Amino acid sequence: MSHETLISALYVFALAAFLGYQVISRVPPLLHTPLMSATNAISGISLVGSIVTAGAHYNTVSTILGFIAVVCSTTNVVGGFVITDRMLKMFKRKELVKKE
Amino acid sequence: MQTYFIELSYLLASIFFILGLKGLSHPESAKRGMHLAEFGMLMAIIGTLMHHEIVTYTWILAGLAIGSVVGLAMGLWVPMTAMPQRTALSHAFGAFAAALVGISEFYKHGGHVEPIIMSALGFEVMLGALTTTGSLLAFAKLQGLVRGTPMTYRGQNVFNMALLAVTVGIFIYLIVVPGSMPLFFTMVGLAFIFGLLLVMPIGSADMPVVMSLLNSYAGLASAATGFVLSNKVLIIAGTLDGFSGFILSILMCRAMNRSMTNVLFGAFGSAATAAAGGEQEGSMREVGLDDIATQLAYANKVVFVPGYGLATAQAQHAVRELADVLEKRGVTVKYGIHPVAGRMPGHMNVLLAEANVPYSALYELEQINPEFPTTDVAVVIGANDVVNPDARDNPTSPIAGMPILEVDRSKSVVVLKRGQGKGFSGLENPLFFKPVTGMLYGDAKDTLTRLVQAVQHA
Repeated sequence: MSHETLISALYVFALAAFLGYQVISRVPPLLHTPLMSATNAISGISLVGSIVTAGAHYNTVSTILGFIAVVCSTTNVVGGFVITDRMLKMFKRKELVKKE
Repeated sequence: MQTYFIELSYLLASIFFILGLKGLSHPESAKRGMHLAEFGMLMAIIGTLMHHEIVTYTWILAGLAIGSVVGLAMGLWVPMTAMPQRTALSHAFGAFAAALVGISEFYKHGGHVEPIIMSALGFEVMLGALTTTGSLLAFAKLQGLVRGTPMTYRGQNVFNMALLAVTVGIFIYLIVVPGSMPLFFTMVGLAFIFGLLLVMPIGSADMPVVMSLLNSYAGLASAATGFVLSNKVLIIAGTLDGFSGFILSILMCRAMNRSMTNVLFGAFGSAATAAAGGEQEGSMREVGLDDIATQLAYANKVVFVPGYGLATAQAQHAVRELADVLEKRGVTVKYGIHPVAGRMPGHMNVLLAEANVPYSALYELEQINPEFPTTDVAVVIGANDVVNPDARDNPTSPIAGMPILEVDRSKSVVVLKRGQGKGFSGLENPLFFKPVTGMLYGDAKDTLTRLVQAVQHA
């Protein structure tokens, strides 16, 4: 890894940390469970790394590990988003609840 | 060209992730936000499939298919009451994936990884490994597969610290002197063991903090993966997740007036802390169901205070029914939600939302506390420590200083409780002995259903 790559990676990390703090401290306690499952689904982005590991034929061990990693992170992404959607659909305003 | 396309898809994904989380600042914008994040994820995956190093798609597609089926099944059929368990399990999956990618990356280079990358890789596999086993143990505790009480032994903290020191020692050695496969796998193994040891001494009541921390670790493991693969979307998404978990764990600690160290190493709720509670004077007053029904029916304002007992009894729908009947009679009904009620942040809100309770009726601690003096009946359902007045009145109590829902200030308190036993923290609760309090024993769901009928006839 070149020094420029490392430095720019550190920049991204630091800025994402600040941004994350700002965005997440605005989430009300009401939505903390959906927040947790949403960030969980989003961090399933490690799928991106798993896909390359599973598909590029470095050696058999890497392929097997990559395959397991793809299964794990896909489960996380799909399960996480589906369940977050399901939860968020339940949060209703008073008028909407009355109509049902 | 191809590289640009991939990088662009990652950039778009990062933007959509941030917009998605921003949407979560309000229930109305949250759904749209999540759809943006989902679209971002799709973009990132499509972009990655174009990666030039990929030579065969068989394993990728098989993995995507299996993962989607499992994820869909989990997503659609897990009941809301089991949300903490599911979340713990998904932390384990995410962290395990990160650990595996790290191990495979190390293996690929035959162990000869340059120091900068090795630093990131070490973090990735250590955090990944300890989060995997830690989350699995948390899952087992939440699912009731193992006892929820803290598991302690003499010298536990010293032993854990020593183990951690050895693990970190190996890590540093591997950065300075690269190339040792056996040492690397020893480090990974120790990290797996450390995860178990970390969660073992933590009791069920402290689960909200642990869940948030594991969430944070899983995110940071992903971020470290991003450093190893120099992939920016991984760094961004992982950092967002890591910080979200970190903020939540701080909020949870604050809601219990405890330090992180105390939660992690204090073995709260074990025999030692419980003894400090002391004995209570007086006796608990058991009240009749019909008396309570009458009280509720002729009240002006009723506040429900749910706790983990609501989840175990699956009583969320019964509460809503009772609230409906009361509202029809003109009673104002509100819900007071303590930040650490339940087993994960926001647990109670989701359960009540599932039962069709409008979110405008759910009040946070600071909002509802000033309302208790004007409340006619406060109904505590399966909550214990979060309404324990000792936290406010008794400076020697182990939970002294923890912000509580001050139900004892209401004109009357009804506590729905399974039996006469103590709560998860093992502390005696003076609320149950106050003259203003009446106890209704039994399964919360059953009691509430009978209350609905009784109120209708009142």
